[in-house]
Amino acid sequence: MSILVYIEHAEGKVKKTSLEAVSFAHALAAQTGEGDVVAVALGTIAEEELAAVGSAGASKVMHAADSKLDEGVIQAHASALAQAYKQVGAKTLVLAKSSLGDAVAARLAVKVGAGLASNVVELPKTDSGYTVKRSIYTGKAFAFSTITTDDKILAIKKNAIDLKTDGEAAQVEQFEAALSESDFASIITSTERATGDVLLPEADIVVSGGRGLKGPENWGMVEDMAKILGAATACSKPVSDLEWRPHHEHVGQTGIKVAPSLYIAIGISGAIQHLAGVNSSKCIVVINKDPDAPFFKAADYGIVGDAFEVVPKLNEALKAEL
Amino acid sequence: MKILVCITHVPDTTSKIQFTSDNTKFDTTGVQYIIGPYDDYALARAVELRDQTSGKLTVLNVGEAETEPTLRKALAIGADEAIRVNAAPQDSMYVAKQIAHYAKEGAYDLILMGRESIDFNGGMVHGMVGELLGIPSFSPVMKLDIDGGKAKMAREIEGGKELLEADLPLVAGCQEPIAEWKIPNMRGIMSARTKPLNVVEAIAQETQVEAVKYELPPAKGAVKLVDKDNVSELVNLLKNEAKVL
Ligand SMILES: Cc1cc2nc3c(=O)[nH]c(=O)nc-3n(C[C@H](O)[C@H](O)[C@H](O)COP(=O)(O)OP(=O)(O)OC[C@H]3O[C@@H](n4cnc5c(N)ncnc54)[C@H](O)[C@@H]3O)c2cc1C
Repeated sequence: MSILVYIEHAEGKVKKTSLEAVSFAHALAAQTGEGDVVAVALGTIAEEELAAVGSAGASKVMHAADSKLDEGVIQAHASALAQAYKQVGAKTLVLAKSSLGDAVAARLAVKVGAGLASNVVELPKTDSGYTVKRSIYTGKAFAFSTITTDDKILAIKKNAIDLKTDGEAAQVEQFEAALSESDFASIITSTERATGDVLLPEADIVVSGGRGLKGPENWGMVEDMAKILGAATACSKPVSDLEWRPHHEHVGQTGIKVAPSLYIAIGISGAIQHLAGVNSSKCIVVINKDPDAPFFKAADYGIVGDAFEVVPKLNEALKAEL
Repeated sequence: MKILVCITHVPDTTSKIQFTSDNTKFDTTGVQYIIGPYDDYALARAVELRDQTSGKLTVLNVGEAETEPTLRKALAIGADEAIRVNAAPQDSMYVAKQIAHYAKEGAYDLILMGRESIDFNGGMVHGMVGELLGIPSFSPVMKLDIDGGKAKMAREIEGGKELLEADLPLVAGCQEPIAEWKIPNMRGIMSARTKPLNVVEAIAQETQVEAVKYELPPAKGAVKLVDKDNVSELVNLLKNEAKVL
């Protein structure tokens, strides 16, 4: 029996979060003796990209190269995945928690009658029963949940597991999914994607600005820092509400949840709703002129000072050191 | 148009999260409950769409009696009637099966809910309901317009968005900026008291994923402050101590 992994890609590039899911599945297979890891990739993806899936721990990739699957049509992806699941005879499906992953996993859980646990942060305990550790309350707590069904779907929280990079090349197999017209009943008319920059949900370093930056014209120094660090930019909710920055940069309870190695917050007060989206970061740096800003309680390092003074100097220091 | 909005009853976003001493239950002491913030977006958009089409707007919650004030608040915001499925929500599938059962009875054109609850953050119920009813489901939806039986939507994808079209009926998990949250006014609060709140029994469904124990993350150590005139010290710490650069 194999563990199946759903692979997501953006314009043919396999997402890091999906490679994490493969790594998770590989470690899980080793733990439970469940066999090998088979990845399912849907849409146009280059051969060399599929090889990366091998290095993360998959021994086989089932590739449905139908270009109609390039975009994430939710029902079509769920149908194709259910067929792969049955064909392989898998009992476990692993995927990355994401906007498409969630939507697809939910439909699949019904199709195959699987118990579905989301936001999984550790390998399950399988000695007595099957218990997963999940992040809940937007990162403010964890739950240990027992899955009682034979079929299981685990949606893995990003950055929860170390990437495996030394696996062997995966064998790529063509996979024909029988898809009906109704699978494509909804039409994606266009896609707008931030290009060139580091994508926020997957970034390893995030530089974030709040209302303390006073206006969109002052974001130059934030972007400079992001460029120096190879980071993604983010913002607090009022900043996107005021349209100083695009909506997809807003992090927090009602925004994107990030879990980078380094999160740098500039002119952000650290309201509990903001912290909820960033508290899984490994290291938090706060720059704020108010020494009593709540963010300092959540931070590892801090500078009390005016951002307009500190950030340009910090950019110089970073440039000199890196 | 008949619209169903499913709402969660969750601790206020500022709540301190704590568990009972044996870590097996959420400690509700001093916790204020609210409509899930994402559900608030769904509800706000549903009120607008109902007003445009002079349809009917029903809100539904799977929960025990203590969730009724939350349902009343949704009525005050503008829903026409409420349904409480009388059961403690067990897991996503449990909730989805209850919703699908009553949604099928009600034959709704549009089923809206938040992209995820802010307690378990699953983000799964809308997809399950869609599959159970055999209709399309979309999430997270940040824009939704209805034009002659067709929905035009924008769905957030990592680092951007997708524009979509689909026929009704459908299920959407909503998030901002689909609409501005609505605050109940006095007239709404008064009329909410007399609007129907129907309690119905849950259908039998086994728990598939059961939370058995909880844990809080380890306490954070004190922040290390660096003088603003010595920023290279921060770079040094990030490189050599935290090892994140
Ligand atoms: C249900 C709900 C959900 C929410 N969800 C989110 C969410 O997902 N994400 C989110 O971010 N917020 C969210 N909020 C809003 C949140 O409560 C705060 O209002 C918000 O995070 C504040 O943003 P801010 O820190 O940028 O702005 P402010 O609170 O205005 O803080 C600005 C900070 O900048 C500092 N400052 C000012 N000038 C300077 C300077 N020159 N140099 C350095 N520092 C300076 C100030 O000292 C202050 O600390 C939510 C609120 C609610 C009620």
